[in-house]
Amino acid sequence: MLEHHLSLFFTAIFEENLALAFFLGMCTFLALSKNVKTAAGLGIAVIVIQTITVPVNSVIYNYFLKENALNWTGIYALQGTDLRFLGLISYIGTIAAMVQILEMTLDRFFPPLYNALGIFLPLITVNCAILGGTLFMVERDYTPLEALNYGFSGGLGWALAICALAGVREKLKYSDIPAGLQGLGITFITVGLMAMAFMAFAGIDI
Amino acid sequence: MAKSEAVDVLFDPLWNNNPITLQVLGICSALAVTTQMATTLVMCLAVIFVISSSNTAVSLVRRQIPSSIRIIVQMTIIASLVILVDQFLRAYLFDISRQLSVFVGLIITNCIVMGRAEGYAMSHGPLLSFLDGIGNGLGYSMILVVVGFIRELLGSGKVLGHVVLPLASEGGWYVPNGLMLTPPSAFFIIGLFIWALRTWKTDQIGKS
Repeated sequence: MLEHHLSLFFTAIFEENLALAFFLGMCTFLALSKNVKTAAGLGIAVIVIQTITVPVNSVIYNYFLKENALNWTGIYALQGTDLRFLGLISYIGTIAAMVQILEMTLDRFFPPLYNALGIFLPLITVNCAILGGTLFMVERDYTPLEALNYGFSGGLGWALAICALAGVREKLKYSDIPAGLQGLGITFITVGLMAMAFMAFAGIDI
Repeated sequence: MAKSEAVDVLFDPLWNNNPITLQVLGICSALAVTTQMATTLVMCLAVIFVISSSNTAVSLVRRQIPSSIRIIVQMTIIASLVILVDQFLRAYLFDISRQLSVFVGLIITNCIVMGRAEGYAMSHGPLLSFLDGIGNGLGYSMILVVVGFIRELLGSGKVLGHVVLPLASEGGWYVPNGLMLTPPSAFFIIGLFIWALRTWKTDQIGKS
């Protein structure tokens, strides 16, 4: 049990890194990785949201949407219903709602953290890494506990990748790059090299 | 509406204002589906359909949406369209839908769709918005098809499943480049593509 969770944890961080192996959250990944401080703030926001939304969506999927999921209600008319086609719209709704609730809670109880994360929170609703995490959870049929683990480790992997890229890009400012390759071009190639480095973790079993 | 305006709206996103290489939008779901041409083409059609229909729909109701809840309304329209596409693919192209796995669902969070709905359709008429959707969809597709073509040709010696370069393991002469089937190659190809495009159109340098 513990081994299974540990292996899930490390696979999600390194081998199946959301950003570098599945290209998720690329828009923000490229746009906000110009310095380490911003990148770290965004990374933390993604970890927090991911750790909340993936398990919540997992509960929704397992107890409301899946085939026969509504049997626990005991209502005869709901036996054997299959609401999976409503999946996408419920997940995105949940994510948007969770982000909003988290924003209000932080604003009320932890103002310093709210100020630090402030602008990143609304951005995250449309971050593909968040919805991607949920969709992978559904596809791989994780239990809610596995989903909690996957949400946290997936977010951590993403945060790690964006911080690493930001570090590289800070150094890159001082390099002499051909004019056409400056900016976006070289960033793509850097990300490619980083993805190769992360691929080296493939096949490690714990 | 002048004819030239419509033409501009349709073709500008291809070279001059490409959503991927200049605006850095919609890369998220783009790269993982490009190991084969067949999946790439299906993904492109799906995106073109979603983006043009969502643009038209948002544009039609743009005067009725209160601005405080417009994002939610746009999100709902887009999510419903994506569910249509997802169910359609599951029904008629099940194999391809398995290969695309989560990436069909991720069209919802594709920033191009959201960006065009918010940035263009909210302030223009339905017809122009429709053309803008098609244009941006084509701009996105162009990059994807180029990347998909290169990756399938060099990675497995095929184009759309037809053998072009006979593989050494099957009695031919071509030794496939395994890197092309892995995620990093997509980054390299797009990086080089941007380099080529910006060497040609120098005014795009360093904008992002």
